Amino acid sequence: MTTPAPAPPGIGVVDTHHLRITEPGRPFTLASGASLTEVDIAYETYGTLNADRSNAVFICHALTGDAHAAGWHPGDRRPGWWDNFIGPGRAVDTDRWFVVCANLIGGCRGTTGPSSVNPDTGTPYGLDFPLVEVQDFVTAHLELGRRLGIEHWHAVIGGSLGGMQVLDWALRHPDTLDRAVVIAASARLTAQNIAFSAVGRQAILRDEAFHGGQFSTHGANPDVGLSIARMMAHITYLSEQAFQEKFGRTLQQGRDGRGFGIDFAVESYLDHQGEVFLTRFDALSYLYLTRVMDYFDPFSDPDALALVTQHPVRFLVASFTSDWRFATPHSRAIVRHLEQAGLPVTFRELESPWGHDSFLLQLDDYHDTVRAFLGAGSTT
Amino acid sequence: MTDQTPRPGLLRPDLTLVAGLVPAGSRVLDLGCGDGALLAHLIETKGCRGTGVEREPDDVLAAIAADVPVIELDLDSQLSEFADGSYDVVVLSRTLQAVRHPGHLLTEMSRIGERLVVSMPNFGLWRHRLRLLSGHMPRSKDLPYSWHDTPNLHHATLVDLEALFAELGLRIERRIPLDEDGRPSRHSGRVANLLAGAAIYVLRRKA
Repeated sequence: MTTPAPAPPGIGVVDTHHLRITEPGRPFTLASGASLTEVDIAYETYGTLNADRSNAVFICHALTGDAHAAGWHPGDRRPGWWDNFIGPGRAVDTDRWFVVCANLIGGCRGTTGPSSVNPDTGTPYGLDFPLVEVQDFVTAHLELGRRLGIEHWHAVIGGSLGGMQVLDWALRHPDTLDRAVVIAASARLTAQNIAFSAVGRQAILRDEAFHGGQFSTHGANPDVGLSIARMMAHITYLSEQAFQEKFGRTLQQGRDGRGFGIDFAVESYLDHQGEVFLTRFDALSYLYLTRVMDYFDPFSDPDALALVTQHPVRFLVASFTSDWRFATPHSRAIVRHLEQAGLPVTFRELESPWGHDSFLLQLDDYHDTVRAFLGAGSTT
Repeated sequence: MTDQTPRPGLLRPDLTLVAGLVPAGSRVLDLGCGDGALLAHLIETKGCRGTGVEREPDDVLAAIAADVPVIELDLDSQLSEFADGSYDVVVLSRTLQAVRHPGHLLTEMSRIGERLVVSMPNFGLWRHRLRLLSGHMPRSKDLPYSWHDTPNLHHATLVDLEALFAELGLRIERRIPLDEDGRPSRHSGRVANLLAGAAIYVLRRKA
């Protein structure tokens, strides 16, 4: 070999599919007791389900993710949000695993959420959409799996809010999976975590275009609030070092002297992040999904570990050194709960300067760890 | 902290001895577990459960690939992650000499587990004494490193080591001196301190 092997090609072109998981007269019941008459789930699959249906891997997305985790949609300039992680020869190897990713209930990327039309009223739910919990996402995804012919998952993988789903899935339905991969997540937000989300929600709620959540029927959108929420959240996803290395104090080209415009490159970047977000995310979903994280506290239930100790799941918990949004102590706390219940748990604190967003980046040690864990104990 | 290349399916001789000291069905914490070979062996052949602790990235990956649960943490400062009395056996193989505070580590081990299995190279081996007399730092199969490039922070003879156990209230239940090839030697006491390249101890907290 005289030249380095080229990076293996990705999955190629993929489609988002939609599946209704409710039937007439059989609504979807939420953990709160509220119900949704119709729930449609947007999902994608990659790879091939094997004959004995033993190679299925579910990917749980984070706050602003969607079902399009990998591969390309025609005409797009970027592949799916976790394309560096999922594909032939990649950490989640689609030559070996059949991968499913679905958009969350309460989301806005094809799955039923607060901006969907309420079939009972014919108008968008708005703030009448019931509050959802992490366990509702899991219930929906288990039902999706059943309808795709998958009763048992080799692994369930997720980062951040996705990791919370993985943890909840393993605690409540341990007989439905062998391996749980919980990355850069938390089992209990701190006051600071909640505070950041609170400011984001307030920016949306106080935007005069919000119209009590019925903005679409007013032909409006709380662009200002939603973009501010995104800009502020984005700051918490990167480390100080990441900002410093990307932008330093570089001034924005083409600015007209000092003022209150976009003087610094970092301001331009945040502005861009906020603008792009408006094209793909819904303000109501942002309220609902951030609230889900605030209330997630599975170990507050004294019996939280009762089921999983009956049906042990193998856990991989990982954090990143520079993540200050869900810093390593969040992951260590999860590990303590699991390990002290006698469960097989592996923990890594991975070196990365990039902050919380590290879980979306191509970092060799990280990807090698997940690859090894998924294939552990087998000979291939 | 292996100093020999592991061969698949074949446990390092000293680890085979350690494995023999672990009761079947125990919950085992292996501190400095390397590639997880000991735990994999115990899980497979003795129905044990357990957790390894390791920090060397290549070893951690190898342990994960072998399906051994492994937790990355610092032995000197982070053993408080483990609860009191949460393991039946806590193993520390050839690692005590490489931590910053061996006394603190042993105390933590005896808090976490009922029975400790500890092995350590013997600085008092006659060959080491001769090397020192000739004016050089000892090197041997058990202490293969040059003084300036070694993971080992502390050197002790078996006599010194046993004094530390006594000071910490750890009762020696079994002592297995190893000859320079890692096989159990028949010698004991002062002779062992002269002839053993290393020793394995089974310890319990004094009641």
